[in-house]
Amino acid sequence: MSYIPHTDSDRAAMLPEIGVETVGDLFLDVPESVRYPELKLPDPLSEMEILRELRALSEENADLDHHACFLGAGAYNHFVPSVVGHIIGRSEFYTAYTPYQPEISQGTLQAIFEYQSMVCALTGMEVANASHYDGATSLAEAALMSVSVSRGKRRKIIVSPTVHPEYRTTLRTYTRGSDLAVVGDDDLTYELDDLKALLDDDTACLIIQNPDFFGQLEKANELDQLAEAVHTAGALLVVNTDPISLGLFTPPGEYGADIVVGEGQALGNPLNFGGPYLGLFACREDYMRKMPGRLIGETVDTEWRRGFVLTLSTREQHIRRERATSNICTNQALCALAAGAYLAAMGKSGLRKVAELCYHKAHYAAERIRQIPGFSLPLRGGDKGGSKPFFKEFVVRCPRPPGEINEALLERGIIGGYDLGQVLSPLSLGQRTRDLSKGRDFPQLEDCMLFCVTEMNTRAEIDRLVAALEEVAP
Amino acid sequence: MKIEKDCRYAETHEWVRVEGDLATAGITDYAQSQLSDVVYVELPEVGDAFDKGEVFAIVESVKTAADCYMPIGGEITEINEELSGSPEIVNEAAFGKGWFIQFTPSDLSELDDLMTPEEYQDHVAKEEGGG
Amino acid sequence: MTESLIPVLSPAEVFEISSPGRRAVFLPELDVPKAELPEELLREDLSLPEVSEGDLMRHYVHLSQLNHAVDTGFYPLGSCTMKYNPKVNEEAAKLPGFTRTHPYQDHCTVQGNLKLMYELQEYLKEIGGFAGVSLQPAAGAHGEFTGILMMRAYHEERGDTKRTKVLIPDSAHGTNPASSAMSGYQAVEIKSDERGNVDLEELRAHCDDTVVGLMLTNPNTLGLFEEQVLEVAELVHGCGGLMFGDGANMNSIMGIARPGELGIDVMMFNLHKTFSTPHGGGGPGSGPVGASERLAKYLPGPIAATSEECDCHKEKTSEVSETSEVYACYHLEMPEASIGRVKAFYGNFGVFIKAYTYIRMLGAEGLKQVSEDAVLAANYLLVRLKKVYPLPYDRTCMHEFVLSGPLPQAPDIHTVDIAKRLMDYGFHPPTVYFPLIVPEALMIEPTETESKETLDAFAEAMLKIAEEAQENPDLLHKAPHTTPVTRLDEVRAARHPRLRWKPG
Repeated sequence: MSYIPHTDSDRAAMLPEIGVETVGDLFLDVPESVRYPELKLPDPLSEMEILRELRALSEENADLDHHACFLGAGAYNHFVPSVVGHIIGRSEFYTAYTPYQPEISQGTLQAIFEYQSMVCALTGMEVANASHYDGATSLAEAALMSVSVSRGKRRKIIVSPTVHPEYRTTLRTYTRGSDLAVVGDDDLTYELDDLKALLDDDTACLIIQNPDFFGQLEKANELDQLAEAVHTAGALLVVNTDPISLGLFTPPGEYGADIVVGEGQALGNPLNFGGPYLGLFACREDYMRKMPGRLIGETVDTEWRRGFVLTLSTREQHIRRERATSNICTNQALCALAAGAYLAAMGKSGLRKVAELCYHKAHYAAERIRQIPGFSLPLRGGDKGGSKPFFKEFVVRCPRPPGEINEALLERGIIGGYDLGQVLSPLSLGQRTRDLSKGRDFPQLEDCMLFCVTEMNTRAEIDRLVAALEEVAP
Repeated sequence: MKIEKDCRYAETHEWVRVEGDLATAGITDYAQSQLSDVVYVELPEVGDAFDKGEVFAIVESVKTAADCYMPIGGEITEINEELSGSPEIVNEAAFGKGWFIQFTPSDLSELDDLMTPEEYQDHVAKEEGGG
Repeated sequence: MTESLIPVLSPAEVFEISSPGRRAVFLPELDVPKAELPEELLREDLSLPEVSEGDLMRHYVHLSQLNHAVDTGFYPLGSCTMKYNPKVNEEAAKLPGFTRTHPYQDHCTVQGNLKLMYELQEYLKEIGGFAGVSLQPAAGAHGEFTGILMMRAYHEERGDTKRTKVLIPDSAHGTNPASSAMSGYQAVEIKSDERGNVDLEELRAHCDDTVVGLMLTNPNTLGLFEEQVLEVAELVHGCGGLMFGDGANMNSIMGIARPGELGIDVMMFNLHKTFSTPHGGGGPGSGPVGASERLAKYLPGPIAATSEECDCHKEKTSEVSETSEVYACYHLEMPEASIGRVKAFYGNFGVFIKAYTYIRMLGAEGLKQVSEDAVLAANYLLVRLKKVYPLPYDRTCMHEFVLSGPLPQAPDIHTVDIAKRLMDYGFHPPTVYFPLIVPEALMIEPTETESKETLDAFAEAMLKIAEEAQENPDLLHKAPHTTPVTRLDEVRAARHPRLRWKPG
């Protein structure tokens, strides 16, 4: 029943060899007062029963196969080619362990080496690791790595307010208890120039997101100037990016990034209500040995055949222990395998096509929405003058509270955008949390929503969205 | 096991050689043989200063990372740049081309606390004998 | 070996089977007007592979066939719990009603997900004996880091800021001191005694008001149950410290003991070990954290919760489940004094589904059976192998045990040689060279899902290898012989790192 092959006769054969009468005799080291507690759990079920129940449970959800989705904000509805599921579905991959014995793990090792290579190609960086838990923890680890690169001498981390709010919260969790200062995002109107002004010789790194949380792309010359300023101050430039955008746009490696991080979920991994996701992490060769996480390297065997091994392991917890670059052990290997398979399947032209589809569809949607009376695009011209280009997400100012609009959209089978002015209350959208003492993440965008359009949204869906918005505006 | 007559030795298997105002330090031939293939040496920066006994470098093999302790205190004047491209030099010539740092000693009297070549030889013999 | 010699390149890397113009995926044509692209931001080149779907599939299938996995053979890796991964878990986790949900959807539209998370939290509370559980940490090490942050929050709230040391037994997994260091604390090693327990005298000597707490793995990495666990907890609590439990070895005590009742204040679970979710070649795992009454409020969030007031316009159901009362509505909330979030979103939801399915299929009796049979299998192997291999701690083991490799009659053979030779017999080697307190350690954990025939075959192979060690040591030194690659040059990989594919 519990996938245990032992029959009573098997047990009857083993017990005397061990020299005990009953299995209970093997647990005498457990204090008697607490031995054999009664666990109150539901009665066991058969496969048929549990699948029936879970199917019903899953159907209680409003899923994206039955609703048009315009929600992004760090997790994206992108197409996953069928081949990916069949690759990660091979149990030789998914029931294997971390490849500590390389001779019988070449499948995993080579596949992840290829993933590392593809992440380097995508980001324009020289070294990539075998993954972190997600984009947020990757970013936190990048900040800690910058401090370590300065041999612990620099204690300030500058982070742009347009980095995903949950990433900034995670960063603060990781730096709590140290004397590291995280600055730059208290003032939500801060632009690149304001962040540059914070640079000094105590700065370990400056972190930006490009495309940023609002979907905007920084201009080329601004990025070059930023990199120069950061490097002149002796700090590292950390860029948090969207890997799909890199199908089209200049990779951070080409505009001076020292460390590139990002959420890899969009590469062949389903939305899965937030996890498991994939933390991309890549850096310049100079910093290779300070890099946290697993690294797979190429070598040869005794017969001079190419093979792959975990390498530079002396940075890691199982050897360096308290002086390790990080405590990470299990990473997200199968998700990285999916990402590698996705990138190989899409290839050079496919990924570019995906990015183009997202770009054009998002711009079509933005233009149509802007024309609806009562709706506007606050970040496109107007307020800020020369507005920045955007990729697949854009901010919309709504004539009614976004929560109400989304409710109405839901009735029409549409999952609307991300409410930028949300306030957390126990019974509301527990979809996001923030530091409770701070209230809204973006108070200046109280009546705004962040819409996302990907290659998965058809023109018909976009037109339906526009029609629905026209209806629900007062 | 090689041993150099003009060096002094720390219990933790570092050697130091003083010539005029400058001192040179590294790990002993015994130490490199215990580590087996050295793959990387993390060296300090020129200008860093360390007290006697402080960790100034970390030498890595495939399976371990070992701290190296200053045999006597001082300020780093030069580091062996060759080691980054060819860490195997440490295995081949621990006392010669495999040197780690050159530094200005802060207190030469600290040399008296170190072992002579003969004392070090005994020390190693005891460690090997399962002491 | 010179760089000019070209190694045999088989199997080919995916870049090496590429050809310009090939594609695997074809996307629909653009159905909206084109917008203007920002020319100055466009990238010039993108060196990704170009392969057909058929070649891609063959490439990965060939690679997969090079792996040893639980589904291909015995995998007795100590501390990893390489038990069989039930396929019904995989089916459940693929249900599109789950996979096709976005984490930021209105909670009323994901009640199925939230209910699953809530119930899993409750089950883990019950199994561990805890007052609260957060599913957010993505893996065991992440859970450890979380636990220490929670201990910090507890002490800070009481103004107890002198505490900077975390006591860690010398047998501990490397993640323990690494997690302490990441949290800004100093790791202090506590020796084990001759029976493999935490040395109480040493613990007493170190326990004072500068101690944050003790990180205890129980059973420990030697596979031994801490004989004075209640005294250890009392000591640590007595000097104002907290007890952190590393739950990696939970597979041995489900339904036998509850860490919460052994004095543990906060513990991380490993869903990918104890609760049968697959290891994936190195993840994704999941490291939920359970906490006692006094630490539960510091759990990271958000966590799933229920409420009587339901704002989701659902009909209240009348079904009453065993563990929870009738609440039709679930939502997410932050624990009262939460340390914050340790990652984005809510944790590895896709992994939760698998653990949930496992627990629902086994029930309390099934889980207890798992632990009993895991411990039975380990003791059986122990008894068969200790006849030949040195056993440093001669006690009843739990779900795993540690042998020392060097055989008295074959001093030239090391644990690594035994491990490599095992591969020729079709077995994955046990964990080697860990824990550090046993020289040349071999840590063996059979788990409960291996048949007696498999256990016997493994024992026989180990005994045969012991013979070979004396009669033909070279066979071991040069092993493995029958694997896709032979021993790999790890020195070369570390000295001259090649970490990505480069043409030519």
